[in-house]
Amino acid sequence: MIRLNTSLQFSIILCLLPLIMATVSYFWQPFDVTELNISNRLKPMSLTHPLGTDHFGRDMLSMIMVGARTSIAVAFVAVGIGVLFGVPLGLFAATWRGSFIDDSVMRFNDLIFAFPSLVIAILITAIAGPSAFNAIIAIGVFNIPVFARVSRGAALSLWQREFILSARVAGKTGLRISIEHILPNLMHILIVQATIQFSLGILAEAGLSYVGLGAQPPTPSWGRMLADAQTMVSLTPRLAIVPGVAIIITVLGLNLLGDGLRDAFDPKLRGSIKK
Amino acid sequence: MINYFFKRLFTFVLSLALASIVIFSLVEIAPGDPASFMLGINAQEDTISALRTELGLDQPKISRYFTWIGGMLTGDFGISYTYRTNVTEMVGDRLWVSLPLAIYSLVLSTVIAIPTGIYAAAKRGKTGDVAVISATQFGIAVPNFWFAIILVGIFAIKLQWFSAGGFPGWQDGLLNGFTSLTLPAIALALPQAAILSRIMRSALIETLGEDYIRTARAKGLSVWQTIWRHALRNALIPVLTILGLQFSFLLAGAIIIEQVFYLPGLGRLVFQAITQRDLIVVESVVMLLVSAVILINFIVDIAYMLADPRLRLDSI
Repeated sequence: MIRLNTSLQFSIILCLLPLIMATVSYFWQPFDVTELNISNRLKPMSLTHPLGTDHFGRDMLSMIMVGARTSIAVAFVAVGIGVLFGVPLGLFAATWRGSFIDDSVMRFNDLIFAFPSLVIAILITAIAGPSAFNAIIAIGVFNIPVFARVSRGAALSLWQREFILSARVAGKTGLRISIEHILPNLMHILIVQATIQFSLGILAEAGLSYVGLGAQPPTPSWGRMLADAQTMVSLTPRLAIVPGVAIIITVLGLNLLGDGLRDAFDPKLRGSIKK
Repeated sequence: MINYFFKRLFTFVLSLALASIVIFSLVEIAPGDPASFMLGINAQEDTISALRTELGLDQPKISRYFTWIGGMLTGDFGISYTYRTNVTEMVGDRLWVSLPLAIYSLVLSTVIAIPTGIYAAAKRGKTGDVAVISATQFGIAVPNFWFAIILVGIFAIKLQWFSAGGFPGWQDGLLNGFTSLTLPAIALALPQAAILSRIMRSALIETLGEDYIRTARAKGLSVWQTIWRHALRNALIPVLTILGLQFSFLLAGAIIIEQVFYLPGLGRLVFQAITQRDLIVVESVVMLLVSAVILINFIVDIAYMLADPRLRLDSI
């Protein structure tokens, strides 16, 4: 089915890393992340603390592991919101293209698209109170127009194809064609888009947590670890580097995965760089 | 073309109207009464209601909405609940930090992205191209506020070339002002440069595949001559579109970077106003940022229409 080239394998390894850490943290963590141990603070990397300890004496590896949960959960649900609302909207618009429904869906999309997402996300979390849940809503809302636009565009070109014409001749309604024939053919595009939005979600969550509008203490999150590290960056740069590298690995892995999957799904693009 | 223009103008106005309604309603549903928040928990009931009348909070929502919009349109953003000063002036002061910062990082991002993108396209598939591609992959994955923290650690604290944060103000001399905006501008520019460089590269590669490029090469021009004389101008159209969108992103996206560097820009103003429940400031600044983004999108679309003859046809 999909040929796994080296770049795709590499990206899968990068993506699995945070996923495994998050999963393992549910039944085993090296140390308890809620327990403060001041006498043990700012310990350098060692065998007991592979990534050292922070200014409260908490084990950095454990914090990164538990923080991975927050990042992945927020980004995952935010993408879910985008798919759940955006894809049906896009399919509707494409089925009744040119109609009032299509026009209003697309105008609504343009509107959300034009909003500076970060500013509105900050506004939403500020008004509804800072929490991981509100961060999910704030990030998820902006995924809706992305998925609506992508699925409408791809569905429009599918509607021109012969197999859709045959389905119509067979007497299927627009709704049934959308669900039975258009949607399955959109899957690969949606998977690639979901990967990209997932990585943007990880970055957005980190940003919101950094300014204090994401997951609240004592839940560890990568963004807040960075905020805590900021004042000590000259003393112990490790505190800032470790969560930063965790974010970069995850986002890089997802982006490479998205590129790799797109190439794998569409052989025409394969090797376009090498040509 | 005229048709398209008016259609686009209509969407532009509609977007602004809808945006203002969304922002107004979001702020309206915010818990907490600004008047009682300003006066503290020990305030008397009648003092609170007097202040509510003074601030116009006792008016019906609809009329408050139109007062707000009318004020925004005439440049009067109202009076801050917390500081009792004119919001227009507060915003004006902050704009002198946010706007130069956005322009500075846009220039940086362009200066980095255009040459590297052209270079990668010209060296397509060779080591130079792969190096640029990898660097941009990395640049997109780095959160800009993390990059900012690292920059502070290296250039402000270790090497002490720049200050770690704050802004001295423009009256201290242009050089001082720009020096203190340098690290924030670099941090903001990096991810944008990475995106722009990729777009420059792919646009140029696409143009280089055109027939007229082959003709130019057959005529005896070198690769670089072909790029310079024929390909670049055509490849720049998508780049300019993205550049326009990036400017609005830089203006609004600076919000977190301003937190990292304690810069007194619009972003910090929003944060302070949110914590102080100064809703009129939040409302006005967010509306201003959103309007700027919608306006820039509108201008980019119109410029695109003027630049590309195919879009001038009325069939669109």
